[in-house]
Amino acid sequence: MAETGIERIASAFAAARAEGRAALMPYLMGGFPDHETSAAVIDAYADTGADLIELGVPYSDPLADGPQIHAAATAALEAGARFESVMELCERVSARVPVLPMVYANVVLTLGPERFAAALEAAGAAGAIVPDLPRAEDPAVAGALLERGLAPIGFVSPTTSPARLREIAAEAVGFTYVVSLTGVTGERAELPPELEAMVASVREASEAPAAVGFGIGTPEQAAKVGAIADGVIIGTRLVRAVADAPDRDAAVDAVSAFMADTRMAL
Amino acid sequence: MSPVESRFGPYGGRYVPEVLIAALDELTAAWEEASADPGFGAELDGLLRDFVGRPTPLYLAGRLSERVGRTVYLKREDLAHTGAHKINNAVGQALLARRMGKTRIIAETGAGQHGVATATACALLGLECVIYMGTEDMRRQRPNVERMGLMGATVEPVEAGARTLKEAVSAAIRDWVTNVGDTHYIIGSAVGPAPYPALVRDLQRVIGDEARAQILAAAGRLPDRIVACVGGGSNAIGSFVPFVDDADVELIGVEAAGEGLNGRHGASLAAGRTGVLHGALSAVLADEDGQILEAHSISAGLDYPGVGPEHAMLRDTGRARYVAITDTEALLALRELSRLEGIVPALESSHAVAWLLGEGREPAGGIDVLTLSGRGDKDLAEALAGLERLDADG
Ligand SMILES: Cc1ncc(COP(=O)(O)O)c(C=O)c1O
Repeated sequence: MAETGIERIASAFAAARAEGRAALMPYLMGGFPDHETSAAVIDAYADTGADLIELGVPYSDPLADGPQIHAAATAALEAGARFESVMELCERVSARVPVLPMVYANVVLTLGPERFAAALEAAGAAGAIVPDLPRAEDPAVAGALLERGLAPIGFVSPTTSPARLREIAAEAVGFTYVVSLTGVTGERAELPPELEAMVASVREASEAPAAVGFGIGTPEQAAKVGAIADGVIIGTRLVRAVADAPDRDAAVDAVSAFMADTRMAL
Repeated sequence: MSPVESRFGPYGGRYVPEVLIAALDELTAAWEEASADPGFGAELDGLLRDFVGRPTPLYLAGRLSERVGRTVYLKREDLAHTGAHKINNAVGQALLARRMGKTRIIAETGAGQHGVATATACALLGLECVIYMGTEDMRRQRPNVERMGLMGATVEPVEAGARTLKEAVSAAIRDWVTNVGDTHYIIGSAVGPAPYPALVRDLQRVIGDEARAQILAAAGRLPDRIVACVGGGSNAIGSFVPFVDDADVELIGVEAAGEGLNGRHGASLAAGRTGVLHGALSAVLADEDGQILEAHSISAGLDYPGVGPEHAMLRDTGRARYVAITDTEALLALRELSRLEGIVPALESSHAVAWLLGEGREPAGGIDVLTLSGRGDKDLAEALAGLERLDADG
């Protein structure tokens, strides 16, 4: 029998660990700046050693995202991206690398938990990240994912109380998404000093790996985080690389170069 | 101590990033405590009386009554300090923020009334104040932008999207996500993640509580209908709630039909779908993929693609009825009320007046309480230009 999404996530982290490093988890905005470019970018991620890929589904009102990713979402929607077209991107690489669509709650609930989970399964996704659906807010979404062996990813943040952090980590399937800072997505000069303790508490309370995201913008920061966590998620920095590139080839070159440097630093 | 609701039927909830959960828990606990504390209640009541000027009058509008063939009382929130009901919520939440030890206040504003009310409450209590406002709304509500500045608030222009209320709320939420430690977010309507819809309703029910006592004193009985405009729904829910258990009192919410319900509008209850906006499940304007649509209304305060979750429940249960009024109807009602009663209503409130002047004339003979949520000074330039266009088009 084929591996479930949850098992594939576990294997990806295990493989990185076997190499003595944290998993490299790049993010892209599906359909940004257009479908073809984002297809080239997701292929490049798979080619340059992504261990897992976080695939953003553009949304009109992304409350967890800073200006760079918000602008990318707006541009992707204007260029015609839809949930279905982003699932095509997922399907391109999902046999090579576990893919986790990142989707805002309204898109999920508009489809309905069952149709949402079925679409992810059909596209070969390994799980889902819904940044505005905290624990217990809508158990049907997690239920529909779990039924198909897909991982509903839970979040902890610096403001999460110790008791709640232990509950979220203990229930974690796939991995726990550790939000490094109190804020929205975006590059930061410094990562918060409390991060190490937060990651340690998550690991202590959980069997599942802890992956850190938000604010990581350089290979050096990635290496620092990689030394304390099981996975390093890089979002805004890569979206910016695509946004600043004059054309498709330049976008692919820019993300590939950053991926190579970061992979080396880890 | 009564627990604060987080759901209204299926609606409401907390669809927010994890970072905010602790702050929402803290706010819920603080409101449960404060609302049960007689000391807090006395301080709030004192400010509402001496600073805000409550109770606001319930005024028997004689010429308007004659025009519509019913007995119409206006609940005069336009006479509250700063010119709208928004001050009831702003003063209450600012007091609560101080009690919670927060030193910085943020808020969003559309019409500018909530921004002005928040800037006012912050000046009163000596709190730092930042107001997010879309640049389109800054243009159409210029006087309010100047008032906020005068009272020491910083107005942060928001350039995203249609540059109106939805984007201002999003910008305020992003600020809150980042500065949640020392900052309280005073949301301006009965929307947002729990506990906000219940908190704002509790602070606005003073409108309905006063109106109930006033109409019993004036008319010797309950009214047949309560009528209020609905943007996010705070003046309406505050007006409705004290009458919800009075089955014979009809509750009517008036949304913005904008250019018409087949065109661009702001009628989430009358013509929207179920979805999540700004942290709550409610009625929203969204496309079939769940992307939020831009609303449109001539009145900045009704120009919002969502509505408070308690209204969605009242609609589903049939306890309240929601209707919609176009830009044109609202403009004409603004002029009509000005001429009939010497009261220039806000464009938002003009929607409620317009419904009464139209469909609301039927059946003849009953008693209505209409919440006049605010005064129209802020709208003069926009309204006069709009009326000039209408008159030119005949
Ligand atoms: C005078 C006035 N009435 C009504 C509203 C709409 O808000 P709500 O539906 O929350 O009462 C506003 C909002 O800005 C307003 O300024």
